[in-house]
Amino acid sequence: MSVLVDVNTRLLVQGLGSAGRFHTDKAIAYGTQVVAGVHPGKGGTSLRFEGDVDQSGVPGRGDRYEVDVPMFETVRDAVAATGANASVIYVPPFGAADAILEAAEAGLELVVAITEGIPVQDMVVVKRALEGTNTRLIGPNCPGVITPHQCKIGIMPGYIHHAGRIGVVSRSGTLTYEAVKQLTDVGLGQTTAIGIGGDPVNGTNFVDALKMFAADEQTEGVIMIGEIGGTAEEDAAEWIKANFDKPVAGFIAGTTAPPGKRMGHAGAIVSGGKGTADAKIAALHDAGVIVADTPSDMGGAMTKAMQQAGLL
Amino acid sequence: MNIHEYQAKELMRQRGLDVPEGRMATTIDEAVAAVRPLVESTGNPVVVVKSQIHAGGRGKGRFHEHPDLAGVNVVTDGIKGGVEATEAAVRDLAERMLGSTLETVQTGPEGKKVQRLYVEQGIAIERELYLSVLLDRTTGRNLLMASTEGGTEIEVVAEETPEKILRETIDPAVGLADFQAKRLGLGLGLSGDALKNGMRFMKALAVFAKELDADMIEINPLVVTEDGRVMALDGKVGFDSNALYRHPDVAALRDETEENPAELEAAEYGLSFIKLDGSIGCLVNGAGLAMATMDTIKQVGGEPANFLDVGGGATTENVTAAFKIITRDPNVKGIFVNIFGGIMRCDTIANGVVEAVKQVGLEVPLVVRLEGTNVELGKQIIDESGLNVLTADNMRDGATKIVEAAS
Repeated sequence: MSVLVDVNTRLLVQGLGSAGRFHTDKAIAYGTQVVAGVHPGKGGTSLRFEGDVDQSGVPGRGDRYEVDVPMFETVRDAVAATGANASVIYVPPFGAADAILEAAEAGLELVVAITEGIPVQDMVVVKRALEGTNTRLIGPNCPGVITPHQCKIGIMPGYIHHAGRIGVVSRSGTLTYEAVKQLTDVGLGQTTAIGIGGDPVNGTNFVDALKMFAADEQTEGVIMIGEIGGTAEEDAAEWIKANFDKPVAGFIAGTTAPPGKRMGHAGAIVSGGKGTADAKIAALHDAGVIVADTPSDMGGAMTKAMQQAGLL
Repeated sequence: MNIHEYQAKELMRQRGLDVPEGRMATTIDEAVAAVRPLVESTGNPVVVVKSQIHAGGRGKGRFHEHPDLAGVNVVTDGIKGGVEATEAAVRDLAERMLGSTLETVQTGPEGKKVQRLYVEQGIAIERELYLSVLLDRTTGRNLLMASTEGGTEIEVVAEETPEKILRETIDPAVGLADFQAKRLGLGLGLSGDALKNGMRFMKALAVFAKELDADMIEINPLVVTEDGRVMALDGKVGFDSNALYRHPDVAALRDETEENPAELEAAEYGLSFIKLDGSIGCLVNGAGLAMATMDTIKQVGGEPANFLDVGGGATTENVTAAFKIITRDPNVKGIFVNIFGGIMRCDTIANGVVEAVKQVGLEVPLVVRLEGTNVELGKQIIDESGLNVLTADNMRDGATKIVEAAS
């Protein structure tokens, strides 16, 4: 078990510029089933990926891979022809919102938007358009989703992951990698790691991810990594306190960040003055979350949370 | 991106929002020349001379050179003395304000040099209100926020009388509905013409925010005049930098003299950089990791000299630029490069650092911690460069090493 992605995930890639191609190649090397690509002007062609297999990924493969990914003009065509059931978006910011809408319209249940720099008002519209659909959007401005040794969607380095017991959810890309590597090093490993992204408007929040991990039998504990701004961490703390019985560790970045300029403060007013690192850490403590003092202590904090729960 | 008050008001005027008449001046003569046409066109002998800087609190702010002079001044000399008296008073004010340094609660103790003035008509104010549009991250929608406590900082209102803040969430598929605007207007105690004008203003402001990709609009005060007009007496607008590509007219309003030169240069190279007061320069990928790196440096007894996120798409050239910006700060006594490669490849960072040191030399200790995509290649590049670099296995190890080496 795991959440969102596994060996059966059939991935479509939207946007195969240089970054899209680079990370598609890494995903295929990891063993992800990349079944289609959508890129303007490339419909009807195919794109070849070949190289050495990433042995940290899906087991039981040879040493080399050689894959021809068929290309399409539209997501609908790609889904109809290949049975893709998830999409990853590397489309540049000005076209990324449209790419998300197109993927949702084609009925894809999982859309992972890696793109950084999408205008906020575009995401306001996208979030509204996705209401009531079956599409789960992860991101934007996120590293992606990975279930170790099964499926890697996004830009995270595969080799730091190892299948295990902990669900990872994070607003920060690079801090996710820190947490994952430490979980691997302390022997806990990961069920699925989800980067929800650092943008103010995103498709999936902490509570959404916690609900998925709550329903996943293999996930025994969760680590959540937040940062200053907004109230997503406070909302998660409240939800954990009321609903979640698995051990949780956390980390909040930005304890020492200088106070933002006033425009930032006015934004925090909406939520009644929440949003500082201290407020978030206090809320997490109150919910029984073990909060790491520094990012180098995340693996230790998770170990402690598992021990307290009698799971280690 | 932020703009000046006079620019914000011009954009509002173009979009049907009621604002006072005014003229911008960069010289004393321009300020004086603004008076007569303004008085003649409005029939009001009172004018206001307002400093134009990218910071709030100007009315209560004072000039370093003239400790008794406020950043915003009402000129009433014209009521008795006619337009010549107004011109003389404006000349006197402009002489002292232009080129002087204004310090407000938002500028910090160093203040900001006033290079532009806005000469505006006086308004017969009946009531002062507060209105803003901003993003509500919880709902992922824009929110209109209003209060009867105009002229007071909204933070203070939220702290002391939170019940006086009214909110309406804007459905992007609908916009601000009439009933919502009416609810806000009634909540603000408006009636008659003022209610009608207030509703029209609020609806136009919601459209303004959406169409121009403003990420924050604050109008404090929004005033009701004695004749029932509802107008913006002040206007602060910030724009989503990621959306400027589709608003070249807005992008052209950028005043780079209001921004930190190092931060500007960093932005040209796609770097997110904030100058701080410490001695440990940081070069990191990812905003979260960059913040956490600063936190860790403090925890082991150091002080960060900057926040610097090279982003995901940086090239060797960008990284070289980042390194140069950090080393130029004379306070920097050591540099910590902390990279966990994902979209960013470690070899790109390594090449950038090596290239920068070749170009500008290295006079302070350097600790490099690399992990993630292409890490072996990155380490190899650093090793083979012959640079005097300390390596670190993890973030705390790196932070400890650089703080020790720099002290």
